Amino acid sequence: MRELFRHPTGVAGVILLSLIAIAVILGPWIAPYDPQQFHTTARLQGPSLSYWLGTDQFGRDLFSRMLDGARATITFGLGATILGVVAGSIIGVTAGTMGRSVDSVIMRLVDGLLAVPDLLFTLLIVTVLGAGTGHAMLAIAVAFTPGLARISRSAVLSVRTKDFVQAAIARGEPRAYVILREVLPNTIGPVIVEATIRVSFAIMLGATLGFLGLGAQPPSTEWGLMIAEARQYMFRNPWCVAVPGVAIAMAALGFNLIGDALRDLIDPRSRR
Amino acid sequence: MSAAYLARRIAAILLVLLIVSFAVFAITQILPGNAAVMILGEYATPDNLAALQLKLGLNDPWYVQYFSWLGRMLQGDWGTSVTLSQPVKTLIGGALWNSGLLALAALVLVTVIAIPMGILSALRRGTFIDLIIGLFGYLGTAIPEFVTATLLLVFFAGPDYGFLPAGGFVPLGESVSGFLYHLILPVVTLSIVLMAHIARQVRSEMSDVLASDYIRAARLKGIPERSVVTRHALRNAMAPAIAVISLDVGYLLGGILVVEEIFAWPGLGRLMIFALQNRDLPLIQATTLVLAGAYAVSNLIADIVIAMIDPRVRYA
Repeated sequence: MRELFRHPTGVAGVILLSLIAIAVILGPWIAPYDPQQFHTTARLQGPSLSYWLGTDQFGRDLFSRMLDGARATITFGLGATILGVVAGSIIGVTAGTMGRSVDSVIMRLVDGLLAVPDLLFTLLIVTVLGAGTGHAMLAIAVAFTPGLARISRSAVLSVRTKDFVQAAIARGEPRAYVILREVLPNTIGPVIVEATIRVSFAIMLGATLGFLGLGAQPPSTEWGLMIAEARQYMFRNPWCVAVPGVAIAMAALGFNLIGDALRDLIDPRSRR
Repeated sequence: MSAAYLARRIAAILLVLLIVSFAVFAITQILPGNAAVMILGEYATPDNLAALQLKLGLNDPWYVQYFSWLGRMLQGDWGTSVTLSQPVKTLIGGALWNSGLLALAALVLVTVIAIPMGILSALRRGTFIDLIIGLFGYLGTAIPEFVTATLLLVFFAGPDYGFLPAGGFVPLGESVSGFLYHLILPVVTLSIVLMAHIARQVRSEMSDVLASDYIRAARLKGIPERSVVTRHALRNAMAPAIAVISLDVGYLLGGILVVEEIFAWPGLGRLMIFALQNRDLPLIQATTLVLAGAYAVSNLIADIVIAMIDPRVRYA
């Protein structure tokens, strides 16, 4: 952790994520208004003393809505990534440990799926499942799975030939023990780095789906949806779209920076 | 780059497309409401439905359906769009051309700006310019296209001081200036993310190369700095940069979906979102396959270009 603070990118990332974490945890107590409350006399206003970041087309306080949306957005990003990491790791570790024929079949399939751009893949799955937050999260997790399978497999392959694994096999340890106790803990590093960066992709993809009307549904305060709803009014009050836009960028940037700093920590050779 | 390698890569692409085609077919099979219901509408009589289902082969086992569908796709019979009542091939043809122009313009802009930006950043490491480019690199990759597009619209297409069109399209054949005028905002939106990413990659490649022994040797020999950079370093930093650009084409295709939708650009992305919203099965299948195919082909082209630039790369 102390190492993390030696990187300027790590420091910036920690600061951004702390702000986001405060919004997620303390949001409801900081928010000056109920995020769904209409203030009909104060619609589409710019920032003022009573409405710090202005109001939207229904006179809802943008600052309160942004704070409220942090929860939805961050849980969405983390949830989608964790699901994708778990599924991808299971597939990757299976491919990396179960012998050549299983490996080549799985990896051919993974390569085929990787040939579909993420957003396209996600859109197809959401179309099958139907719009909604849960479905969008699942779709992104599925779209992430092949990429993470590839990364965890290559991590497994590079660990598998190491002496300590060979030693465990030579000791006659059971296969499950070797995989769970010797191989897995040493493949976690690259997977965590990838996962951290993917959280920012998941947040951006989730917001994009919300924007296209396929993710979170009104009156949710998910940031992408906030932009979609305010788009008609953006020329009258740019704050409606700027506030959630900046929020998305801050969250995505935070996870990106931390991921990069972690990569530098784990693999010091990758100078940048 | 041998002929055998090329043949193997093309075979790999075909395999990938086969897997994608199967995935697309599977997805459209799972979609609620089958083709017969879609064609006849909700109020069709059960008898009519049964007859059409029989005619379309919807009662056959899935693998029979898959292979007959694949056979038709391969023969160039891509079916008719259910919602637009036009042949899918005609629709895709026009849209592919429009999207291609958009993607090409973005790629050219990105290459022309991002690569020099990355090089400059690597040469001026630790300076103010490096910091600014670095910040742009981080910010650019953290803002999704729909946010960039929306903010650009607010700034450049607003009713008061905006001077660019908020969306729409003028065919190139009709008016070149009108076409370019409508091209600006979509291309800038698409380019920002890619520029940020590619400039970052070029910077890191170039820094690695500049710190290497053979560059030090070249400098010690007294070769002018300009020549060291352009003749010795650049060539070695270029291949990874092109690899990144080719991988980013996948990202570009995703961006095209969003950008075309926002700016009402009549391309493949907009067509696909339309197809998805209307559950137009033949159109969903064809647009997805064409987009995946475009991605695979662009990766192949990148491999060939890399092999041409870097003679050490020998794809046996």
